[in-house]
Amino acid sequence: MAEIALRRPPSPGAGSYWRPLPPCARYALRVNLVDAAAAAGSALPVATAACRASVQGDWAALWLGPDEQLLIGPEPAGAAFADAVASALQGVSHSVVDVSHRQGAIEITGPHAAALVNAGCPLDLDLAATPAGFCSRTVFAKAEIVLWRRGNEHFHLEIWRSFMPYLAAFLSEVERELPGQGGSRGA
Amino acid sequence: MLLIPCPYCGVRPELEFSYGGQAHIARPQTSASAEEWAAFQYERVNTRGPHAERWRHTHGCGRFFNVVRDTTTDQILRSYRSGER
Amino acid sequence: MSGPWRSASGGSSIDRSRPVRFEFDGRPYQGFAGDTLASALLANGVHLVGRSFKYHRPRGIMAAGPEDPNALVTVRRDAARYTPNLNAAQVELYEGLMAESQNRWPSLHFDVGRINDYLSRFLPSGFYYKTFMWPRKAWHGFYEPRIRAAAGLGRAPSEPDPDTYGQRFAHCEVLVIGAGPAGLTEALAAARTGVRVIVCDEQVPPPRTSPADSAGEWHDIRAQLAVMPNVTVLARTTAFGYMPHNMVALTERLTDHLSAPPKHVPRERLWQVRAREVVLATGAIERPLVFPGNDLPGVMLAGAARTYLGRYGVLPGARVAILTANDEAYRAAVELRAAGVEVVALADLRPQVMGRLPEAARQAGMTIRTGTTTVGTRGDQHVTALGLCAIGADGTVSGAVDWIGCDTVLMSGGFTPSVHLFSQSRGKLTWDASLQVFVPGAAAENCRCVGACAGEMGADSGGSWLGALPRPEGPATGKSFVDWQNDVTAADLDLAVREGFRSIEHIKRYTTTGMATDQGKTSNLNALAIAAQRLRRAIPEVGLTTFRMPYLPVGFGGLAGYARGELFAPVRKTPMYDWAAERGAVFEPVSLWQRARYFPQPGEDMHQAVARECCNVRRACGMFDASTLGKIEVVGPDAVEFMNRMYVNNWSTLAVGRCRYGILLRDDGFVYDDGVVARTAADRFHVTTTTGGAPRVLAMMEDYLQTEWPDLKVWLTSTTEQWAVIAVQGPKARAVIELLVEDVDLANAALPHMSVARGRVCGVPALVFRVSFTGELGYEINVPADYGADVWRAVWQAGQAHGICAYGTEAMHVLRAEKGYVIVGQDTDGTVTADDAGLSWAVGKSKPDFLGLASLRRAALVDPNRKQLVGLLTSDPNVVLEEGSQITATASLRPPMKVIGHVTSSYYSAVLGRSIALALVSAGRSRMGQTLYVPTRTGESSVTVTNPVSYDPKGERLNG
Ligand SMILES: [Zn+2]
Repeated sequence: MAEIALRRPPSPGAGSYWRPLPPCARYALRVNLVDAAAAAGSALPVATAACRASVQGDWAALWLGPDEQLLIGPEPAGAAFADAVASALQGVSHSVVDVSHRQGAIEITGPHAAALVNAGCPLDLDLAATPAGFCSRTVFAKAEIVLWRRGNEHFHLEIWRSFMPYLAAFLSEVERELPGQGGSRGA
Repeated sequence: MLLIPCPYCGVRPELEFSYGGQAHIARPQTSASAEEWAAFQYERVNTRGPHAERWRHTHGCGRFFNVVRDTTTDQILRSYRSGER
Repeated sequence: MSGPWRSASGGSSIDRSRPVRFEFDGRPYQGFAGDTLASALLANGVHLVGRSFKYHRPRGIMAAGPEDPNALVTVRRDAARYTPNLNAAQVELYEGLMAESQNRWPSLHFDVGRINDYLSRFLPSGFYYKTFMWPRKAWHGFYEPRIRAAAGLGRAPSEPDPDTYGQRFAHCEVLVIGAGPAGLTEALAAARTGVRVIVCDEQVPPPRTSPADSAGEWHDIRAQLAVMPNVTVLARTTAFGYMPHNMVALTERLTDHLSAPPKHVPRERLWQVRAREVVLATGAIERPLVFPGNDLPGVMLAGAARTYLGRYGVLPGARVAILTANDEAYRAAVELRAAGVEVVALADLRPQVMGRLPEAARQAGMTIRTGTTTVGTRGDQHVTALGLCAIGADGTVSGAVDWIGCDTVLMSGGFTPSVHLFSQSRGKLTWDASLQVFVPGAAAENCRCVGACAGEMGADSGGSWLGALPRPEGPATGKSFVDWQNDVTAADLDLAVREGFRSIEHIKRYTTTGMATDQGKTSNLNALAIAAQRLRRAIPEVGLTTFRMPYLPVGFGGLAGYARGELFAPVRKTPMYDWAAERGAVFEPVSLWQRARYFPQPGEDMHQAVARECCNVRRACGMFDASTLGKIEVVGPDAVEFMNRMYVNNWSTLAVGRCRYGILLRDDGFVYDDGVVARTAADRFHVTTTTGGAPRVLAMMEDYLQTEWPDLKVWLTSTTEQWAVIAVQGPKARAVIELLVEDVDLANAALPHMSVARGRVCGVPALVFRVSFTGELGYEINVPADYGADVWRAVWQAGQAHGICAYGTEAMHVLRAEKGYVIVGQDTDGTVTADDAGLSWAVGKSKPDFLGLASLRRAALVDPNRKQLVGLLTSDPNVVLEEGSQITATASLRPPMKVIGHVTSSYYSAVLGRSIALALVSAGRSRMGQTLYVPTRTGESSVTVTNPVSYDPKGERLNG
């Protein structure tokens, strides 16, 4: 029997405004929100407002579409979590798919966080348009991401794993322009 | 670079969307005539003015929906969910 | 003193305490910090800065801004940093700047291309269209290379661009374009309401003086804006494109003005600004006058001379003659005289002049010659005289010519509002009869024009002239230029009308007026006026040509932004990429993925490596990285119904734990994609797609699900990247993996061909498929992607005892071709039905509906003469046909020949010891055993039509 290593996060860049996040559990939950509400009362985290995340304990539910939630939590979640969802949604048609390994996450923080995101993402990052708690699938340059604004200067980006090196290289290139990274002027 | 109102997510930049062609073309029954099938597959209008068309919020909520866009000005007159008129 | 042509004091932009050294055409000069290249050259008495495009005439600096059509220079830092076609009036001077003139050979002062000028009677407009048509063949071989060598603007750099370029998306409530008085006023008003404001201006620092200035006030506004947190001021930033829904593209030049640019700062930054409202404060451009010899160095716009004097302390000359139709030029007269310049003539085309500014000139003791035109200039490489002549009461010119000796001619035909961006936004332009210009009319976007751009010219800016100046009867003494940059003259426009062109769009293209890099900023209105006059129609009836992006030229680097090198596009790699790379795999791109193509051992070429890999798989076993295959999880109570409607197959009969080869058609009946589909639960399918087809298949599924069958309770989730997929294929496959697999019975009876089971592999959760794309006993192990590399290594280790090899996509292609398995996109091309591909066995013919079913009944799709997939065996087993080769039924045909098909796949099969091929051939399945012919480069190959399956036709090896 071969030794299989634990999941390895990508190596972080020293002193960056962004850092890769450690592996976590992720599920794509597809369910009609009206149906889900009928099955409510459970511990199941569900975000009901469009383009908003809901955090319950260790778990976050990101509204990605009218019948689509991305659930993010600590691993290992394993079959127990899937079973918990299934029992919470007993009798309600739904789909739960484990996508823990499909994507990784990068966190961007600090006063230049929005500038860094806006180097590749066309969304308006003014707090009036995208307040803390905002989340959405969107684009970053030539890759698709899920953007989750956790705080005014705190963004969480989910990206499919094979696009992660591209995103990391892109952010490294952009932040060279920013103050504190050898750069002298902000943007 | 259009700003497109997604009926689910609100106004978003065109980069998040893909175009889906003319709206309100229903897929015929299997038993429909060859002419009906040909019309479904190949016949499209080329409107000058308001045009009902499909867009998909591909890099967003993923939903297909409909938009009425004036092809001469690119101004979007309304947007509504798939299945609505 | 940096340059002999400086005024004693003044120059609001320059710092006289900081001299700056620079080179022009290899000669050293000195200017001041704050100079532009144009102002510094003029300060040094250098007026001749370039040669014109067509006639190679000597040209000087005509304007002081981006509208200048003449002073295009190349600025060189090194071989790689070599930028042609920069406008000298926009190049900021820095220590050590090296600039070169363009369009001259062998030198700026002696250019043999000037011969075109002397031969110009043979080079009228349309010359190229008319002359080089015959003989036709000579165009490519003879005319074109020579014309190209003589034409063009500047040279491209010879090295890759070492600079970096940035980009930003930005949003604001108000975007103000132009930081002159009108723009600053608007910006401040908007900023005080607290909304986000972006102000951009192509100059820096935004001009401290304006044509109608009280400089201090504007300086105060700039200072206020600079400290407001809701305001972003972008200097050296050109708004060059106005896209729908108020998206404006700006290019910010960050380092071009620096002697030693810092490494971390991008050279330019592209801003894509989305504004709720756009305020265009883009000003107006002074029009030159159209008269013979108006292009000699030393002939300049009056406003430009004021700018050079006021902002840079530069004297355009010592003896200035002024000809105007606009009052603003009188400011130049007064200011130049105050600076010690002799105004030798002050002439006005208008019969009467009595504005405030002309009065001021008269007060200062100057005489104004009203009702005066010019017959032209004298001079070779610089103007030496201007010939003035009175205009009679009837408008004719017949009197004596008064030749005024001078070294500078200043001209002004009035001001043209800069409506370029407004027009790009699809706003309508309207003709203002009193101003004699087009001004912004109804807007198409949320956009406002203010200041001179809106036609608000100020009380002292009266008077204008459009078109050629009046001159005596008879032939002209020289060329009257309308478009300096493309060398278009008034006579060229006359000729175009005489030759029958009526539409201004056609006249523009025929004469090329307004089509140079300056897009006719100084020429459009004069050209339009001349055409209208010759056509005997009013200007608004003739209409205006379309303004297009970009407002000013933008470098490719700035448009590319970050998208270069490794950031040009994402390069997708599987979890096993590093392992393959360490073993020297050769990779090939498949959509965005990098896939291992083959694994050469020392001394092997591709053919040897592929032959070894293929034989190894068939003899023992091989392992293959299939992670890039698209994967879609189809889940929900209606999953079976959905799959029945999408794919041709009948999924109702597929038991849980079993797999089936699925075929997806479009509704037109042609094959769109294929792949193995596993039913992993009653309400759950694991669908695989081709590598390149994954996104479009999912999009097509979503389209039908959402818009045709929204009642179905089923959901689609991409799991392509969730799973790493390790294919283990060959007679030893089971032996290799059995010690690694837990909770799955690998026995034939428990896990037969085309089945799937959940279990663990190397201790991690796995889906184990019993499938084969090689025709051998085979498994595909799916593990969560993070574990892929480690499980791969474990399989590799376990396989050593069984002689395992790693094989790449090339061997995979050969192995499947030996088995006659199609690859969608290689053996199909969007016009191939399932039956054409020999796959009609998969079609669930009793199903009421599926994509493509209706089309499959069309007569054309059941025609027995359709091309069908067959195998081809060459008579010479060593001949490998070229993929794409055409096929004929008869030997030794000469083109044009009747073609009955083409080769889709062709390889040398080391296992079979001969070449094999797949082909689409008309009525192919009825031609088994026939001899057909494949014309090749070197002759012709005869081939025999066979079954596509050339290895193990009974499929016995699949069972291990
Ligand atoms: Zn949406």
